[in-house]
Amino acid sequence: MAAIRAEQMTKVYGQVRALDGLTLTVEPGTVFGFLGPNGAGKTTTIRLLTGLAKPTRGRAWVAGEEIADSGKVAARIGYLPEEPSFYTWMAPADLLDYVGRLFGLSSLERRSRTKDLLELAGLSQVGKRRIGGFSRGMRQRLGLAQALVNRPEVLFLDEPVSALDPGGRKEILEMIGQLRGQCTVFMSTHILQDVERVCDTVGIIDHGKLVVEAPQAELLDRYTVPAFELECEEGSEPAFEKLLEALRRLEWVTSAVADPPAGTVARVVVKDLETARRELLAQIVPQAETLGVILRRYQIVTPSLEDIFLQLVGKATAGDREGTK
Amino acid sequence: MSFYASLRKEMLELVRTHRLLVMAVILIFFGLASPLIAKLLPEMMRFVPGGEDFVSLIPTPTISDAFTQYVKNLSLFGPMLAFLMTMGAVALEKERGTAVLVLVKPLSRGVFLLTKFVALALAFLGCLALAGLAGYYYTVLLFGAPDPFAWAVLNVMLWLYTLVYVALTLLASTVASSQAAAAGLGIGAIVILGVLPSLPGLGKYLPGQLVTWGTTLLIDPSARSWPALGISLGLIAACLVAAWIALDRQEI
Repeated sequence: MAAIRAEQMTKVYGQVRALDGLTLTVEPGTVFGFLGPNGAGKTTTIRLLTGLAKPTRGRAWVAGEEIADSGKVAARIGYLPEEPSFYTWMAPADLLDYVGRLFGLSSLERRSRTKDLLELAGLSQVGKRRIGGFSRGMRQRLGLAQALVNRPEVLFLDEPVSALDPGGRKEILEMIGQLRGQCTVFMSTHILQDVERVCDTVGIIDHGKLVVEAPQAELLDRYTVPAFELECEEGSEPAFEKLLEALRRLEWVTSAVADPPAGTVARVVVKDLETARRELLAQIVPQAETLGVILRRYQIVTPSLEDIFLQLVGKATAGDREGTK
Repeated sequence: MSFYASLRKEMLELVRTHRLLVMAVILIFFGLASPLIAKLLPEMMRFVPGGEDFVSLIPTPTISDAFTQYVKNLSLFGPMLAFLMTMGAVALEKERGTAVLVLVKPLSRGVFLLTKFVALALAFLGCLALAGLAGYYYTVLLFGAPDPFAWAVLNVMLWLYTLVYVALTLLASTVASSQAAAAGLGIGAIVILGVLPSLPGLGKYLPGQLVTWGTTLLIDPSARSWPALGISLGLIAACLVAAWIALDRQEI
């Protein structure tokens, strides 16, 4: 059974279609990175899945419960809003105890859970201090702790680190990483490095539509560019250009160009990656020796998530532009 | 289960934010001061420049003056406190984002609202009881003992009258998107409730009649005003149901 399943989920606010027929499946136990530019529909999706808003059309299930039954869903999820707010008169221990009471935990369970979560969030030392004076990082860690009180099956995190400094980001991402396998994490963000760091599955949303959804490794494979990068030592540029010229004559090479022209780095695009993997180096080494090119680097070009994201979101945007013409 | 958890949180909030203390101090002060003011009014007039001329015109204070002063003060400060304590109850939670944090948990919106009302009702019950005891004590000391049962009924009426304002303001706080808007709506509702009794024949059915009934009971034990009681309770229930429906339809 999928941890999250959405079918044609649509949300319209007046004239604005915030979410446009979102169909999505998130497998249990994964850390799902929900990527998208600002205003793409990430927060709307989370608000619908957590029962804070109702879809205009479509259905969804979270932890096996249909979201229309928000009471049942609430018992099985945890949620950290983008900028969590707390009752400033409470201390972290009070807040976790209150949340435990809402979930109907016994007093023994509440005490042990509060202790464990304060430890996990690194707030044991300030467990009895008023939340009012907490830094943003402390609030975010407390927000994550309160979302874990009921040992949720699905944890929703809305931009959990976007407002934090590098230190705070690292702490929260480490906490999220520790949750892998314990529960399903659905994390929205527009920061690609965070997704690369902790998520094993990625969904990219743009203009309310899901553009792609796949395990991160599969996505990187799928969008691998059939290209290699070569770099030579400075001073070898003229000979390097000759080497590139020789490569261009090969049947399975599409292009071999230095970037910038006559520079030390070149990209060789091939027609067939497998053939190139087997033969390119064998072609380069003797010719480089003959031409006197000192090679510094030879590598297959692997796209980053950022390349894929820009490629897909760019495509969707261009497609929309075409559509509106 | 979530009802008690939420009610406990609301009560704790009233205590830790010192709102319960402020409420108690104000109401007990006016409970104590009312018979004292009634008794000492002629004396106080002597200290006002030119007031000595009027002292002879003021009749000797009686227990009835103590009742009037007590009712006047508590029927003014009770609703005022009700308005101030309630206007941010829901609006502020929506504005700050704390409502999102708790309403995504197994806490229904109805229970969220109801516990806010019950907590305030209990707080006013306790504070008005203390104010009533204080007022009773000073009335006994200064004028003689009023009928304790009638005194208790007067305070229950004052409590119900205050709860009408709590419920009205809670509805305003739920419907509004900010505390300022809630305050505006609340004041509007209070003004309407204040103007309606001036319409001929309508006053005896409105919540203000509860206070009149309670005061009259101290003099005439046979006085009754059931329609006002029914309408006040109905108004409280209607406000709570309307607030619940409104909150249930809102996207937090």
